[in-house]
Amino acid sequence: MYNLKTARLMTGNDAAAYAVKQSDVDFISAYPITPQTIIVERLSEYVASGELHAEFVATESEHSALSACVGASLAGARAFTSTSSQGLALMHEILYVASGLRCPIVMAIVNRALSAPLNIHGDHSDVMGSRDAGWIQIFAENPQEVYHYLIQSFRLAEHPDVLLPVGVNLDGFTVSHSSEPVEVLEDSVVKEYLPRNERPRLDYYSPATFGAFALPTHYFEFKVEQDKTLRKAGEVLDEVAAHYPSPEGRLRKIDKFNEDGRIAVIIMGGTTGTLRYAIKSLRFRDFSLISLKLFSPFPSRELVEAVSDADAVVVMDRSMSPGAPLHPLASNVATSLYEAGVSVNLISVVYGLGGREPTIKMVLEMFEKVREIARGGGKRLSRLFLGYQGDGL
Amino acid sequence: MMQVSKLTDLYGREGLSPGHTACQGCGATIAVRQVLLAAEPPYIVVSPTGCLEVVSSQYPYTSWRVPWVHVAFENAAAVASGVEAALRALEKKGLGKRQKVIVIAGDGGTFDIGFQALSGAFERGHNLLYICYDNEAYMNTGIQRSAATPLGATTTTTPTGKLEMKKDITSILVAHGSPYVATASPHLWKDLANKVRKAQSKEGPTFLHIVAPCPRGWYFDSHLTIKVAKLAVETRIFPIYEVEHGRYRINYPVPRPRPIEEYLKLQNRFAHLLKPENAHILEAFKQWVESRWNHLLKMAEAFPL
Amino acid sequence: MRQQPSMLIPIVFEAGNSAQRSMANWRSNKPIIERNQCTNCLICWIFCPEPAIFMDESGNVQIDYEHCKGCGICAEECPRKAIKMVMESV
Repeated sequence: MYNLKTARLMTGNDAAAYAVKQSDVDFISAYPITPQTIIVERLSEYVASGELHAEFVATESEHSALSACVGASLAGARAFTSTSSQGLALMHEILYVASGLRCPIVMAIVNRALSAPLNIHGDHSDVMGSRDAGWIQIFAENPQEVYHYLIQSFRLAEHPDVLLPVGVNLDGFTVSHSSEPVEVLEDSVVKEYLPRNERPRLDYYSPATFGAFALPTHYFEFKVEQDKTLRKAGEVLDEVAAHYPSPEGRLRKIDKFNEDGRIAVIIMGGTTGTLRYAIKSLRFRDFSLISLKLFSPFPSRELVEAVSDADAVVVMDRSMSPGAPLHPLASNVATSLYEAGVSVNLISVVYGLGGREPTIKMVLEMFEKVREIARGGGKRLSRLFLGYQGDGL
Repeated sequence: MMQVSKLTDLYGREGLSPGHTACQGCGATIAVRQVLLAAEPPYIVVSPTGCLEVVSSQYPYTSWRVPWVHVAFENAAAVASGVEAALRALEKKGLGKRQKVIVIAGDGGTFDIGFQALSGAFERGHNLLYICYDNEAYMNTGIQRSAATPLGATTTTTPTGKLEMKKDITSILVAHGSPYVATASPHLWKDLANKVRKAQSKEGPTFLHIVAPCPRGWYFDSHLTIKVAKLAVETRIFPIYEVEHGRYRINYPVPRPRPIEEYLKLQNRFAHLLKPENAHILEAFKQWVESRWNHLLKMAEAFPL
Repeated sequence: MRQQPSMLIPIVFEAGNSAQRSMANWRSNKPIIERNQCTNCLICWIFCPEPAIFMDESGNVQIDYEHCKGCGICAEECPRKAIKMVMESV
């Protein structure tokens, strides 16, 4: 059995740092950026106080932070970094190298809007700009999930059948800076859950070449193989989660609430709680809520199973794909439904850009509007903005 | 530290295998071979994107007999920081052993795109040896100008000759407080080898700047690589010196420099400098060489090693 | 100790395996060592970019014609002028 200590009051950032400390990382490199900064402040305190035995390298940019993590990971270390927004954008080039060189780096991504205009508040534009970089992407709803998911991420990343980097996403401010009681595991329990696996590493006594270039004769195979591995990581995740000592903390790909509702709402991240509250407390019993915890590899099968009987499916995107037929999450959902032959009334909602957090009142208005569309029947696609003060909802 | 005094001290320590695809007479690979022959094991090599990376690592082949990693163009010093710090952490935890870290980068990856990561790594004081093989342009993409391209040289992006002076990279690294910064030339192989060993024996970030003539990009015949390197030194264009904790020593004094024209006329990249209408550029080039040499003499006099 | 993972992963585990490749067809001129002139001083070896020069079991310097690209540095730098460059026959 697992052994829980008394719950501690923690923000999402605190919970992230605490999980990383317990995960016994060897190497951390990072660069300050709001709203992520507190994670690495806490970690540098843990290193300074001797609670965490790791090298903390305060690099001169996020690009160098991730580059240093790649070097550290290839040298055999358990490496962690965290960033937000512009920082993730600056890392963009190296995101692809980290996955291509199969580095099991774990990164906390404290989601924040991208400039311009400059904005330090929450949305998912940053990670969605990196969605094709070949990382496993996990979304946490609250500090407790941040804690549990980060620990499981190290085991998933380092699994011999995976060896891929993992991003654990938490919404800027609403999750990163909100305090909640967080139940934590004993240090020894975490240590036991995260054994050290051997993997190829830089070593003078068994010299290997990492980062060779591939001509058209080989490149294609590497990339397809990488995609296959990423897809398979979804199965490995089930195994990794099943062994996690806290049953309620196990990472499930999707989390369902009020499954019998006829209108399914799909969302990721911190706003899930607002929707759950609205459905539960305000008796919108015709709505079911599907919180997606795993975005990449996309859990199409589980998602289709969850929504195939619904009268309407609402997909909540906290970012946009300008000029695209659909926004990132809605696009993945639509493709999954199409592949499964499910034709349903689909409503794409964009919300919360640049930190415009949906209030209960806004959510209720959206639910009313969605009901109206669902009642109209048909198998069409509708598009809404939630909280946009122009010509939207 | 074992001093290198004869070639048999180096024979049999090859770190680079043949079968790489460098051009005939490549100065960079001569420099890299000499570095690896001298380097004290155990070590790990980090390279950014560039000629060296491309000629040595075409999957499924590698010319590296030692552990080697390439990540991207602008971040070799950052990757090396990660390797170095990670091995330190792993050793403390009993999960690995420390090994030395050597970066081998071209001038583009050092003077230009890799400059921020280089400065960051030196400021943080990582224990690494950073080697720049300087062929004075982006040769891998087809001879475009870099901050290391000298005044007057034609490249494919300075078709009428570069208008700016070469960046003084060694002074910048001395200013970072590095315990050891030096220059070397492959024709002075013994000096080069001992500088590699001296740099490796220091704690902290050290820098070795090696002139690497490029037959293709400097436009000279492939058998002349070592001659061109020698002339760069003997005309005072590429002074050979070392700076230990801010104290200077000129390792190869050039009391009677050869005429600069001897160096320029061997290379077609400078052909136009010898035309009468460009006499003023030639004059500026000569003044640059003289002022740098005089500056170096004064530094060696004021802060002798 | 370190095992090669079963999946396709872009790492070359066979260090220095480019030596399996022949570079001989890059060459238009080939170096010939005049044995009676050569003192096995190794100057040609230290300046070879490949390296395509080695000492045989009896300590004599030899050219590795599989890897020599014919740049001619060895002939240029030999202090005894013991290496001649000869055009390859087609």
